[in-house]
Amino acid sequence: MTEEKELVRVEEITFAYDSVPVLEEVSFSISQGDFLAILGPNGSGKTTLIKVILGLLKPSQGRILIMGQPIEAFREWSKIGYVPQKATHFDPFFPASVKEAVAMAFLSPKKRSAQRRKDEERAMEAALESVGMEAYRNWPIGSLSGGQQQRVFIARAIINSPELLFLDEPTTGVDAATQEHFYEMLHLLNKGQRITIILVTHDVGIVNKHVNKVACLNQKLVYHGSHDDFCQSEAFKALARGGHLVSHKH
Amino acid sequence: MEALFTYGFLQRALLAGVFVAIACAILGVFLLLRRDAMIGHGLAHVTFGGVALGLFLNILPLGTALVVAILASLAIMKLKEKAGLHGDTAIGIFSSAGMALGIALATLAGRFNVDLLSYLFGDILAIEPLEVWLSIGLAGAVVIVILLNYRKLMYLTFDRDAAKASGVKTERFDILLTVLTAITVVLGMKVVGILLVTALLVIPAAAGLQVAARFKQALFLSCAVSFISVLVGLSAAFVFDLPASATIVLLAFVIFGVFFLGRRKKFF
Repeated sequence: MTEEKELVRVEEITFAYDSVPVLEEVSFSISQGDFLAILGPNGSGKTTLIKVILGLLKPSQGRILIMGQPIEAFREWSKIGYVPQKATHFDPFFPASVKEAVAMAFLSPKKRSAQRRKDEERAMEAALESVGMEAYRNWPIGSLSGGQQQRVFIARAIINSPELLFLDEPTTGVDAATQEHFYEMLHLLNKGQRITIILVTHDVGIVNKHVNKVACLNQKLVYHGSHDDFCQSEAFKALARGGHLVSHKH
Repeated sequence: MEALFTYGFLQRALLAGVFVAIACAILGVFLLLRRDAMIGHGLAHVTFGGVALGLFLNILPLGTALVVAILASLAIMKLKEKAGLHGDTAIGIFSSAGMALGIALATLAGRFNVDLLSYLFGDILAIEPLEVWLSIGLAGAVVIVILLNYRKLMYLTFDRDAAKASGVKTERFDILLTVLTAITVVLGMKVVGILLVTALLVIPAAAGLQVAARFKQALFLSCAVSFISVLVGLSAAFVFDLPASATIVLLAFVIFGVFFLGRRKKFF
């Protein structure tokens, strides 16, 4: 078996809000093709870790390498897709159609060549089709359900054909049936389009069914490794005992 | 209406009014969606301090106000970022300080002179040719900035974190929007006055957002409401001998009311 390319390296990351420590000396790496779940109780630093990896927060110590480059020097942002934790908490009256919400991620100037317009249109249709939202392309984004909005935001995140997709608690407030479809879609993106996925979640059901790697966080990294080993680990038992994990049938 | 095309002072008023109003309308859509609607109000109060300082020192009041407003807008932004203050708190601090500076300087000078009052209530009929050109330049700058960065600005307004993680230089665009707003407020005060300039930033954009389903629609409708308010408001003020600034703002308010009710009754 060939060694997969390393896409993210997290080295000795420490972060504090004012003087309250949130992350302490966290180190691990993410390889191409991984479907990694980041698990941990509330306040364990999962969202902070994602934000540090993406350069949205500056750590007090340690460094992040993305595709071999320090985050400060990294410029190939189109290779990264991100759906934040509160993506669906936008103003419901924001005047944007599904197409406009997805096209935002192109970031190109308003004036574009005819060929570029065609390419963008094709990429947009493909992204919407990947998430099963092509029929809603002209709907106002605020009129969709939470689950549908998350699909649109994933379409936005994958429109530039990223290598890495970060999802922060994407199924919060979404019913179990919709979650199942949602995770199947992520599975297809991971296996079919070879997109490396990093997913922050509380849902151990998704961990059992789709992911191949787990990082378990509680300020410090308490576990990082394969999913199979995780289920036998002390970290898993501790999380399950503390009621920090939820399980949905998938 | 014919008078608008006959008298030079009315032509200048119309031109400056329309171009400043369009700049306000476009910026207003972004400010409202970013929940920064009151920044115009705050900067207008700061501008009062700037004008008073200019008059007190006997140097160009408009230029002094412009420098003070830009510095204050950047300070408000930094205070929000670094001190962890909410936007309205930072705006409240600077707007009251700006107003206090204006009152103190006017008192030190011995009286509120006519010049200062004209800035408070606006004097659109006394617009100078240079101010017309400045208004055209401002509107042009706003339109060019928006066109060149349309998607980035929309993305930043819609989802700041996702935009930043896509490589959008969010801080740079914050500064750009804030400085453009400061310049717009300073020029807008000649059109409708310090007390009413917020109206041009807020009401047309709020009206457009009532009925727009697309972002471009919101920008277009906001500009249309501004244009109609200035054109009809100025004409009505001339015909019925009403104060121009108040008439423009009241007309914009009426259009907002129509859009609001139209949406509630599902006419739009």
